[in-house]
Amino acid sequence: MLQINKEYINLLLTHDQRVDGRKLEQYRDIKVEYNISENAEGSAKVSIGDTVVLAGVKMDVGTPFTDKPDQGSIVVGAELLPLASEDFELGPPSGDAIELSRVVDRGIRECQAVDFKKLCIKEGEKVWMLFIDIYPLNDAGNLQDAAFLAAIAALKTAVFPKLENDKVVFGEFTKEKITLQRVPIECTLLKIGDKIVLDPTLEEERALDARLTVAVTEENKVCAMQKGGEKGLSMDDIDKMITLAIEKTQELRKNLK
Amino acid sequence: MGELKVKEKDLVIPGEILAEGMDYLPSTGTFREGEHILSSLVGLTYISGRLIKVIPLSGKYVPKKDDMVIGTVKNITLNGWIIELGGPYTGMLTLKEASSDFIERGADLSQYFDFGDMLVTKIVNITKSKIIDFTMKGPGLRKLKGGKVIQITPSKVPRVIGKQGSMISMIKESTGCRVIIGQNGRVWISGNKPEEELKATRAIMIIEQESHTEGLTDKIKNFLEKGV
Repeated sequence: MLQINKEYINLLLTHDQRVDGRKLEQYRDIKVEYNISENAEGSAKVSIGDTVVLAGVKMDVGTPFTDKPDQGSIVVGAELLPLASEDFELGPPSGDAIELSRVVDRGIRECQAVDFKKLCIKEGEKVWMLFIDIYPLNDAGNLQDAAFLAAIAALKTAVFPKLENDKVVFGEFTKEKITLQRVPIECTLLKIGDKIVLDPTLEEERALDARLTVAVTEENKVCAMQKGGEKGLSMDDIDKMITLAIEKTQELRKNLK
Repeated sequence: MGELKVKEKDLVIPGEILAEGMDYLPSTGTFREGEHILSSLVGLTYISGRLIKVIPLSGKYVPKKDDMVIGTVKNITLNGWIIELGGPYTGMLTLKEASSDFIERGADLSQYFDFGDMLVTKIVNITKSKIIDFTMKGPGLRKLKGGKVIQITPSKVPRVIGKQGSMISMIKESTGCRVIIGQNGRVWISGNKPEEELKATRAIMIIEQESHTEGLTDKIKNFLEKGV
Protein backbone atom coordinates (compact mmCIF):
# COMPACT_ATOMS: atom_id res chain seq x y z
CA MET A 1 0.00 0.00 0.00
CA LEU A 2 1.40 3.31 -1.02
CA GLN A 3 1.28 5.78 1.86
CA ILE A 4 0.38 8.62 -0.51
CA ASN A 5 -2.76 6.79 -1.69
CA LYS A 6 -3.84 6.07 1.87
CA GLU A 7 -3.64 9.76 2.67
CA TYR A 8 -5.52 10.53 -0.54
CA ILE A 9 -8.35 8.13 0.34
CA ASN A 10 -8.63 9.70 3.79
CA LEU A 11 -8.60 13.21 2.36
CA LEU A 12 -11.38 12.44 -0.12
CA LEU A 13 -13.48 10.72 2.55
CA THR A 14 -13.48 13.86 4.70
CA HIS A 15 -15.33 15.41 1.75
CA ASP A 16 -17.62 12.35 1.43
CA GLN A 17 -15.99 11.33 -1.82
CA ARG A 18 -14.32 8.18 -3.02
CA VAL A 19 -11.41 7.45 -5.33
CA ASP A 20 -13.57 5.89 -8.04
CA GLY A 21 -16.30 8.54 -7.83
CA ARG A 22 -18.88 6.38 -6.05
CA LYS A 23 -20.95 7.44 -3.07
CA LEU A 24 -19.90 6.11 0.31
CA GLU A 25 -22.71 3.55 0.45
CA GLN A 26 -22.87 2.69 -3.22
CA TYR A 27 -22.06 -0.79 -4.46
CA ARG A 28 -20.40 -1.46 -7.80
CA ASP A 29 -22.43 -3.31 -10.46
CA ILE A 30 -23.38 -6.79 -9.32
CA LYS A 31 -23.84 -9.69 -11.71
CA VAL A 32 -24.91 -13.19 -10.73
CA GLU A 33 -24.60 -16.14 -13.12
CA TYR A 34 -26.04 -19.52 -12.19
CA ASN A 35 -25.01 -23.09 -13.06
CA ILE A 36 -21.47 -22.34 -14.15
CA SER A 37 -20.20 -25.86 -13.51
CA GLU A 38 -21.66 -28.98 -15.13
CA ASN A 39 -20.43 -31.40 -12.51
CA ALA A 40 -21.30 -29.50 -9.37
CA GLU A 41 -24.70 -29.94 -7.76
CA GLY A 42 -25.02 -26.18 -7.65
CA SER A 43 -22.75 -23.35 -8.75
CA ALA A 44 -22.70 -19.63 -9.31
CA LYS A 45 -20.38 -16.89 -10.40
CA VAL A 46 -20.76 -13.48 -8.84
CA SER A 47 -19.01 -10.32 -9.91
CA ILE A 48 -19.05 -7.06 -7.99
CA GLY A 49 -17.26 -4.60 -10.24
CA ASP A 50 -13.97 -6.28 -11.14
CA THR A 51 -14.13 -8.73 -8.26
CA VAL A 52 -15.16 -12.19 -9.48
CA VAL A 53 -15.91 -15.15 -7.23
CA LEU A 54 -16.92 -18.68 -8.19
CA ALA A 55 -18.74 -20.90 -5.73
CA GLY A 56 -19.78 -24.52 -6.08
CA VAL A 57 -21.78 -26.96 -3.99
CA LYS A 58 -20.85 -30.64 -4.03
CA MET A 59 -22.78 -33.23 -2.06
CA ASP A 60 -21.62 -36.50 -0.67
CA VAL A 61 -22.84 -39.11 1.78
CA GLY A 62 -21.12 -39.11 5.14
CA THR A 63 -21.59 -40.26 8.70
CA PRO A 64 -23.28 -37.80 11.06
CA PHE A 65 -21.65 -36.33 14.16
CA THR A 66 -22.34 -38.55 17.17
CA ASP A 67 -24.05 -35.74 19.11
CA LYS A 68 -26.36 -34.97 16.18
CA PRO A 69 -27.25 -38.35 14.64
CA ASP A 70 -30.19 -37.00 12.59
CA GLN A 71 -28.46 -34.01 11.05
CA GLY A 72 -26.33 -33.44 7.99
CA SER A 73 -23.77 -30.70 7.82
CA ILE A 74 -22.05 -28.11 5.66
CA VAL A 75 -18.36 -27.62 5.07
CA VAL A 76 -17.24 -24.31 3.61
CA GLY A 77 -13.82 -24.04 2.04
CA ALA A 78 -12.17 -21.07 0.41
CA GLU A 79 -8.92 -20.94 -1.45
CA LEU A 80 -7.18 -17.73 -2.40
CA LEU A 81 -5.62 -18.70 -5.71
CA PRO A 82 -2.57 -16.80 -7.01
CA LEU A 83 -4.61 -16.24 -10.17
CA ALA A 84 -6.89 -13.84 -8.29
CA SER A 85 -4.31 -11.41 -6.98
CA GLU A 86 -0.58 -10.86 -6.94
CA ASP A 87 -0.73 -10.90 -3.14
CA PHE A 88 -2.00 -14.48 -2.91
CA GLU A 89 0.54 -17.29 -2.65
CA LEU A 90 0.31 -21.03 -3.08
CA GLY A 91 0.60 -23.17 0.02
CA PRO A 92 -1.46 -23.85 3.12
CA PRO A 93 -4.49 -21.55 3.46
CA SER A 94 -3.65 -18.11 4.77
CA GLY A 95 -5.44 -16.40 7.64
CA ASP A 96 -7.50 -14.41 5.15
CA ALA A 97 -8.67 -17.56 3.36
CA ILE A 98 -9.66 -19.17 6.66
CA GLU A 99 -11.52 -16.03 7.75
CA LEU A 100 -13.34 -15.84 4.41
CA SER A 101 -14.57 -19.43 4.64
CA ARG A 102 -15.41 -19.28 8.35
CA VAL A 103 -17.45 -16.10 8.00
CA VAL A 104 -19.39 -17.54 5.05
CA ASP A 105 -19.93 -20.75 7.03
CA ARG A 106 -21.15 -18.81 10.06
CA GLY A 107 -23.57 -16.74 8.04
CA ILE A 108 -25.21 -19.84 6.55
CA ARG A 109 -25.05 -22.02 9.67
CA GLU A 110 -26.17 -19.66 12.41
CA CYS A 111 -29.50 -18.68 10.85
CA GLN A 112 -30.14 -22.31 9.90
CA ALA A 113 -30.43 -21.43 6.24
CA VAL A 114 -30.15 -25.09 5.35
CA ASP A 115 -32.32 -27.43 7.39
CA PHE A 116 -29.77 -29.97 8.53
CA LYS A 117 -32.48 -32.42 9.53
CA LYS A 118 -33.65 -32.68 5.94
CA LEU A 119 -30.14 -33.80 4.98
CA CYS A 120 -30.55 -36.99 6.98
CA ILE A 121 -30.75 -40.20 4.94
CA LYS A 122 -30.63 -42.80 7.73
CA GLU A 123 -30.44 -41.67 11.32
CA GLY A 124 -27.09 -42.27 12.96
CA GLU A 125 -25.60 -43.78 9.84
CA LYS A 126 -25.89 -41.75 6.69
CA VAL A 127 -26.42 -38.05 6.06
CA TRP A 128 -25.77 -35.62 3.26
CA MET A 129 -22.68 -33.46 3.60
CA LEU A 130 -22.68 -30.17 1.67
CA PHE A 131 -19.31 -28.97 0.51
CA ILE A 132 -19.39 -25.32 -0.45
CA ASP A 133 -16.18 -24.32 -2.19
CA ILE A 134 -15.30 -20.74 -2.89
CA TYR A 135 -12.75 -19.69 -5.47
CA PRO A 136 -12.03 -16.01 -6.03
CA LEU A 137 -11.08 -15.48 -9.67
CA ASN A 138 -10.15 -11.82 -9.31
CA ASP A 139 -9.70 -9.76 -6.19
CA ALA A 140 -10.57 -6.10 -6.68
CA GLY A 141 -11.81 -5.64 -3.14
CA ASN A 142 -14.81 -6.84 -1.12
CA LEU A 143 -14.23 -10.57 -1.57
CA GLN A 144 -16.36 -11.27 1.50
CA ASP A 145 -19.66 -9.98 0.12
CA ALA A 146 -19.04 -11.49 -3.30
CA ALA A 147 -18.09 -14.85 -1.79
CA PHE A 148 -21.20 -14.97 0.38
CA LEU A 149 -23.48 -13.97 -2.47
CA ALA A 150 -21.90 -16.66 -4.65
CA ALA A 151 -22.27 -19.29 -1.91
CA ILE A 152 -25.96 -18.46 -1.42
CA ALA A 153 -26.62 -18.35 -5.16
CA ALA A 154 -24.94 -21.75 -5.55
CA LEU A 155 -26.99 -23.18 -2.68
CA LYS A 156 -30.17 -21.86 -4.26
CA THR A 157 -29.57 -23.78 -7.47
CA ALA A 158 -28.21 -26.91 -5.81
CA VAL A 159 -30.05 -30.20 -6.44
CA PHE A 160 -29.56 -33.58 -4.80
CA PRO A 161 -27.48 -36.06 -6.82
CA LYS A 162 -28.81 -39.53 -7.63
CA LEU A 163 -28.39 -42.09 -4.89
CA GLU A 164 -28.01 -45.82 -5.58
CA ASN A 165 -27.42 -48.36 -2.79
CA ASP A 166 -26.53 -45.47 -0.49
CA LYS A 167 -23.81 -44.36 -2.90
CA VAL A 168 -23.77 -41.21 -4.97
CA VAL A 169 -23.92 -41.66 -8.72
CA PHE A 170 -21.66 -38.84 -9.87
CA GLY A 171 -22.81 -36.77 -12.79
CA GLU A 172 -26.49 -37.69 -12.41
CA PHE A 173 -28.86 -35.39 -10.64
CA THR A 174 -32.39 -35.59 -9.32
CA LYS A 175 -34.77 -32.66 -9.58
CA GLU A 176 -35.09 -32.28 -5.84
CA LYS A 177 -33.72 -28.95 -4.66
CA ILE A 178 -32.14 -28.13 -1.34
CA THR A 179 -34.73 -26.14 0.55
CA LEU A 180 -33.46 -22.98 2.12
CA GLN A 181 -35.37 -21.96 5.23
CA ARG A 182 -33.84 -18.51 5.16
CA VAL A 183 -31.70 -16.55 2.76
CA PRO A 184 -29.07 -14.61 4.65
CA ILE A 185 -26.97 -11.94 2.93
CA GLU A 186 -23.69 -10.56 4.17
CA CYS A 187 -22.69 -6.95 4.00
CA THR A 188 -19.21 -5.71 4.89
CA LEU A 189 -18.83 -2.22 6.29
CA LEU A 190 -15.52 -0.45 6.59
CA LYS A 191 -14.58 2.31 8.94
CA ILE A 192 -11.94 4.61 7.51
CA GLY A 193 -11.29 7.66 9.64
CA ASP A 194 -14.75 8.47 10.99
CA LYS A 195 -16.61 7.47 7.82
CA ILE A 196 -18.39 4.24 7.01
CA VAL A 197 -17.68 2.88 3.54
CA LEU A 198 -19.37 0.01 1.72
CA ASP A 199 -18.09 -2.26 -1.04
CA PRO A 200 -14.44 -1.21 -0.71
CA THR A 201 -11.92 -1.39 -3.52
CA LEU A 202 -8.58 -3.06 -2.88
CA GLU A 203 -6.93 0.23 -1.97
CA GLU A 204 -9.70 1.19 0.42
CA GLU A 205 -9.50 -2.24 2.03
CA ARG A 206 -5.82 -1.66 2.71
CA ALA A 207 -6.53 1.76 4.23
CA LEU A 208 -9.19 0.52 6.67
CA ASP A 209 -9.22 1.19 10.40
CA ALA A 210 -11.90 -1.34 11.29
CA ARG A 211 -14.26 -3.68 9.45
CA LEU A 212 -17.54 -5.31 10.35
CA THR A 213 -19.28 -8.03 8.38
CA VAL A 214 -22.96 -8.42 9.18
CA ALA A 215 -25.16 -11.28 7.98
CA VAL A 216 -28.86 -10.42 7.78
CA THR A 217 -31.82 -12.69 7.02
CA GLU A 218 -34.84 -11.66 4.95
CA GLU A 219 -36.74 -10.91 8.20
CA ASN A 220 -34.07 -8.25 8.81
CA LYS A 221 -32.60 -10.21 11.68
CA VAL A 222 -28.87 -10.12 12.24
CA CYS A 223 -27.58 -13.69 12.43
CA ALA A 224 -23.80 -13.40 12.35
CA MET A 225 -21.06 -10.81 12.60
CA GLN A 226 -17.33 -10.61 12.19
CA LYS A 227 -15.08 -7.76 13.22
CA GLY A 228 -11.73 -7.11 11.60
CA GLY A 229 -9.07 -4.44 11.38
CA GLU A 230 -6.70 -2.98 13.91
CA LYS A 231 -8.80 -0.28 15.51
CA GLY A 232 -11.93 -0.52 17.63
CA LEU A 233 -15.56 0.30 17.02
CA SER A 234 -17.77 2.23 19.41
CA MET A 235 -21.34 1.19 20.27
CA ASP A 236 -22.61 4.06 18.11
CA ASP A 237 -20.55 2.84 15.17
CA ILE A 238 -21.93 -0.67 15.47
CA ASP A 239 -25.52 0.57 15.75
CA LYS A 240 -25.05 2.71 12.68
CA MET A 241 -23.39 -0.12 10.78
CA ILE A 242 -26.13 -2.63 11.58
CA THR A 243 -28.87 -0.23 10.46
CA LEU A 244 -26.99 0.38 7.25
CA ALA A 245 -26.32 -3.34 6.74
CA ILE A 246 -30.03 -4.16 7.08
CA GLU A 247 -30.86 -1.51 4.51
CA LYS A 248 -28.15 -2.62 2.09
CA THR A 249 -28.80 -6.35 2.31
CA GLN A 250 -32.34 -5.74 1.10
CA GLU A 251 -30.84 -4.14 -1.96
CA LEU A 252 -28.28 -6.93 -2.43
CA ARG A 253 -30.98 -9.59 -2.14
CA LYS A 254 -32.63 -8.26 -5.31
CA ASN A 255 -29.67 -9.56 -7.29
CA LEU A 256 -30.65 -13.14 -6.49
CA LYS A 257 -33.45 -14.76 -8.42
CA MET B 1 17.35 -13.01 -49.08
CA GLY B 2 15.73 -12.23 -45.79
CA GLU B 3 12.07 -12.78 -45.36
CA LEU B 4 9.70 -11.19 -42.86
CA LYS B 5 7.32 -13.67 -41.23
CA VAL B 6 5.14 -11.20 -39.35
CA LYS B 7 3.34 -7.96 -40.05
CA GLU B 8 3.50 -4.74 -38.07
CA LYS B 9 1.62 -4.97 -34.73
CA ASP B 10 1.19 -8.73 -34.89
CA LEU B 11 0.66 -10.52 -31.61
CA VAL B 12 3.57 -12.92 -31.08
CA ILE B 13 4.52 -15.43 -28.42
CA PRO B 14 8.00 -16.37 -27.16
CA GLY B 15 9.89 -18.52 -29.67
CA GLU B 16 7.85 -17.39 -32.64
CA ILE B 17 9.93 -16.78 -35.76
CA LEU B 18 9.72 -13.13 -36.76
CA ALA B 19 12.10 -13.08 -39.72
CA GLU B 20 14.54 -15.25 -41.61
CA GLY B 21 17.94 -14.37 -42.92
CA MET B 22 20.55 -11.82 -41.97
CA ASP B 23 18.86 -8.81 -43.59
CA TYR B 24 16.88 -8.05 -40.44
CA LEU B 25 18.28 -7.06 -37.08
CA PRO B 26 16.97 -8.12 -33.66
CA SER B 27 16.10 -5.29 -31.27
CA THR B 28 14.55 -5.32 -27.78
CA GLY B 29 12.34 -8.30 -27.00
CA THR B 30 13.87 -10.44 -29.74
CA PHE B 31 16.95 -12.56 -30.25
CA ARG B 32 18.79 -14.26 -33.09
CA GLU B 33 19.15 -17.99 -33.32
CA GLY B 34 21.03 -19.17 -36.36
CA GLU B 35 19.36 -17.59 -39.36
CA HIS B 36 16.15 -16.72 -37.56
CA ILE B 37 15.00 -13.85 -35.42
CA LEU B 38 12.72 -15.06 -32.61
CA SER B 39 10.56 -13.28 -30.11
CA SER B 40 11.38 -13.61 -26.43
CA LEU B 41 8.16 -12.02 -25.15
CA VAL B 42 4.39 -12.03 -25.51
CA GLY B 43 3.75 -8.76 -27.26
CA LEU B 44 3.24 -6.79 -30.44
CA THR B 45 5.84 -6.48 -33.18
CA TYR B 46 7.14 -3.16 -34.42
CA ILE B 47 9.23 -2.97 -37.56
CA SER B 48 11.27 0.07 -38.41
CA GLY B 49 13.44 -0.41 -41.50
CA ARG B 50 15.61 -3.44 -40.79
CA LEU B 51 15.01 -3.41 -37.05
CA ILE B 52 12.43 -5.69 -35.47
CA LYS B 53 11.34 -5.23 -31.88
CA VAL B 54 8.63 -6.67 -29.66
CA ILE B 55 6.82 -4.47 -27.14
CA PRO B 56 5.53 -6.64 -24.29
CA LEU B 57 1.80 -6.51 -23.46
CA SER B 58 2.60 -6.36 -19.76
CA GLY B 59 5.45 -6.96 -17.39
CA LYS B 60 7.53 -5.57 -14.58
CA TYR B 61 9.81 -2.59 -14.87
CA VAL B 62 13.41 -3.26 -15.87
CA PRO B 63 15.50 -0.23 -14.89
CA LYS B 64 17.45 1.76 -17.47
CA LYS B 65 20.02 4.52 -17.03
CA ASP B 66 18.66 8.10 -17.11
CA ASP B 67 15.06 6.99 -16.56
CA MET B 68 12.90 9.29 -14.47
CA VAL B 69 10.95 7.07 -12.09
CA ILE B 70 8.63 7.37 -9.11
CA GLY B 71 10.04 5.41 -6.21
CA THR B 72 9.04 4.70 -2.62
CA VAL B 73 11.34 4.94 0.39
CA LYS B 74 11.57 1.40 1.66
CA ASN B 75 14.34 1.74 4.22
CA ILE B 76 16.68 4.29 5.74
CA THR B 77 20.30 3.30 6.24
CA LEU B 78 23.25 5.12 7.79
CA ASN B 79 24.27 6.75 4.55
CA GLY B 80 21.12 7.01 2.49
CA TRP B 81 17.74 5.64 1.51
CA ILE B 82 16.71 2.39 -0.12
CA ILE B 83 14.26 3.13 -2.94
CA GLU B 84 11.81 0.63 -4.36
CA LEU B 85 10.38 0.93 -7.88
CA GLY B 86 7.63 -1.68 -7.97
CA GLY B 87 9.83 -4.14 -9.82
CA PRO B 88 12.29 -6.80 -8.81
CA TYR B 89 15.15 -4.34 -8.27
CA THR B 90 15.72 -1.81 -5.53
CA GLY B 91 18.32 0.93 -5.45
CA MET B 92 20.19 3.36 -3.26
CA LEU B 93 19.87 7.11 -2.90
CA THR B 94 23.02 8.33 -1.18
CA LEU B 95 23.33 11.47 0.98
CA LYS B 96 25.49 13.13 -1.64
CA GLU B 97 22.82 12.77 -4.32
CA ALA B 98 19.85 13.49 -2.06
CA SER B 99 20.17 17.18 -1.38
CA SER B 100 22.30 20.18 -2.14
CA ASP B 101 22.19 21.05 1.57
CA PHE B 102 24.94 19.88 3.85
CA ILE B 103 23.63 16.92 5.85
CA GLU B 104 25.45 16.59 9.13
CA ARG B 105 26.90 13.31 10.22
CA GLY B 106 24.47 11.32 12.32
CA ALA B 107 21.51 13.56 11.36
CA ASP B 108 18.02 12.10 11.40
CA LEU B 109 17.55 11.19 7.76
CA SER B 110 13.80 10.72 8.08
CA GLN B 111 13.34 14.52 8.22
CA TYR B 112 14.41 14.62 4.58
CA PHE B 113 12.70 11.53 3.24
CA ASP B 114 10.66 9.25 5.50
CA PHE B 115 9.38 5.69 5.11
CA GLY B 116 6.70 5.47 2.47
CA ASP B 117 7.50 8.85 0.92
CA MET B 118 7.19 8.97 -2.85
CA LEU B 119 10.04 10.53 -4.75
CA VAL B 120 10.38 11.59 -8.33
CA THR B 121 13.92 10.50 -8.92
CA LYS B 122 16.32 9.66 -11.69
CA ILE B 123 18.53 6.65 -12.24
CA VAL B 124 22.13 7.89 -12.60
CA ASN B 125 23.92 4.64 -12.73
CA ILE B 126 23.12 0.99 -12.99
CA THR B 127 25.52 -1.92 -12.78
CA LYS B 128 25.38 -5.18 -14.65
CA SER B 129 23.95 -6.93 -11.61
CA LYS B 130 21.21 -4.25 -11.49
CA ILE B 131 22.41 -2.27 -8.50
CA ILE B 132 20.80 1.11 -9.02
CA ASP B 133 22.00 4.56 -7.95
CA PHE B 134 19.51 7.41 -7.81
CA THR B 135 19.84 11.17 -7.75
CA MET B 136 17.50 13.92 -6.58
CA LYS B 137 19.55 16.65 -8.25
CA GLY B 138 17.89 17.79 -11.44
CA PRO B 139 14.87 19.66 -12.75
CA GLY B 140 11.55 18.30 -11.48
CA LEU B 141 13.07 15.78 -9.09
CA ARG B 142 11.36 16.09 -5.71
CA LYS B 143 9.31 14.53 -2.98
CA LEU B 144 5.62 14.21 -3.90
CA LYS B 145 3.06 15.81 -1.62
CA GLY B 146 -0.66 15.05 -1.88
CA GLY B 147 -2.34 13.60 -4.93
CA LYS B 148 -2.56 9.93 -5.74
CA VAL B 149 -0.44 7.38 -7.52
CA ILE B 150 -1.71 4.73 -9.92
CA GLN B 151 0.21 1.87 -11.45
CA ILE B 152 0.14 1.09 -15.16
CA THR B 153 2.13 -1.40 -17.20
CA PRO B 154 5.61 0.08 -17.74
CA SER B 155 5.63 -0.90 -21.43
CA LYS B 156 2.59 1.36 -22.00
CA VAL B 157 4.28 4.47 -20.60
CA PRO B 158 5.39 5.80 -24.04
CA ARG B 159 1.78 5.63 -25.26
CA VAL B 160 0.49 7.56 -22.26
CA ILE B 161 3.08 10.26 -22.92
CA GLY B 162 2.41 10.29 -26.66
CA LYS B 163 4.48 11.79 -29.45
CA GLN B 164 6.49 14.67 -27.94
CA GLY B 165 4.21 14.51 -24.93
CA SER B 166 1.06 15.21 -26.97
CA MET B 167 -1.18 12.73 -25.15
CA ILE B 168 -0.21 13.74 -21.66
CA SER B 169 -0.40 17.47 -22.33
CA MET B 170 -3.91 16.93 -23.73
CA ILE B 171 -4.95 15.22 -20.49
CA LYS B 172 -3.28 17.92 -18.39
CA GLU B 173 -4.95 20.76 -20.30
CA SER B 174 -8.37 19.17 -20.37
CA THR B 175 -8.56 18.15 -16.72
CA GLY B 176 -6.37 20.81 -15.16
CA CYS B 177 -4.52 18.13 -13.21
CA ARG B 178 -0.80 17.94 -12.63
CA VAL B 179 0.49 14.59 -13.88
CA ILE B 180 3.93 13.04 -13.52
CA ILE B 181 4.71 9.75 -15.25
CA GLY B 182 7.57 7.62 -14.04
CA GLN B 183 9.14 5.19 -16.48
CA ASN B 184 8.38 2.43 -13.98
CA GLY B 185 4.68 2.84 -14.70
CA ARG B 186 3.71 4.85 -11.64
CA VAL B 187 1.63 7.88 -12.48
CA TRP B 188 1.12 10.67 -9.99
CA ILE B 189 -2.06 12.70 -10.43
CA SER B 190 -3.02 15.78 -8.46
CA GLY B 191 -5.85 18.15 -9.29
CA ASN B 192 -8.11 20.67 -7.65
CA LYS B 193 -11.21 18.51 -7.71
CA PRO B 194 -11.61 14.74 -7.23
CA GLU B 195 -13.79 14.57 -10.37
CA GLU B 196 -10.97 15.98 -12.46
CA GLU B 197 -8.50 13.53 -10.97
CA LEU B 198 -10.92 10.71 -11.67
CA LYS B 199 -11.27 11.82 -15.27
CA ALA B 200 -7.50 11.92 -15.74
CA THR B 201 -7.22 8.49 -14.13
CA ARG B 202 -9.90 7.03 -16.40
CA ALA B 203 -8.24 8.53 -19.49
CA ILE B 204 -4.91 6.97 -18.54
CA MET B 205 -6.60 3.62 -17.90
CA ILE B 206 -8.20 3.75 -21.35
CA ILE B 207 -4.82 4.44 -22.93
CA GLU B 208 -3.32 1.51 -21.05
CA GLN B 209 -6.06 -0.87 -22.16
CA GLU B 210 -6.36 0.26 -25.76
CA SER B 211 -2.81 1.36 -26.49
CA HIS B 212 -2.50 -1.00 -29.47
CA THR B 213 -5.67 0.17 -31.25
CA GLU B 214 -5.94 2.75 -34.02
CA GLY B 215 -7.16 6.30 -33.49
CA LEU B 216 -6.25 6.36 -29.82
CA THR B 217 -5.70 10.11 -29.70
CA ASP B 218 -9.19 10.77 -31.07
CA LYS B 219 -10.68 8.33 -28.62
CA ILE B 220 -9.04 10.06 -25.68
CA LYS B 221 -9.97 13.48 -27.03
CA ASN B 222 -13.57 12.32 -27.29
CA PHE B 223 -13.50 10.92 -23.78
CA LEU B 224 -12.08 14.10 -22.28
CA GLU B 225 -14.58 16.33 -24.06
CA LYS B 226 -17.75 14.30 -23.75
CA GLY B 227 -16.91 11.76 -21.10
CA VAL B 228 -17.55 8.66 -23.24
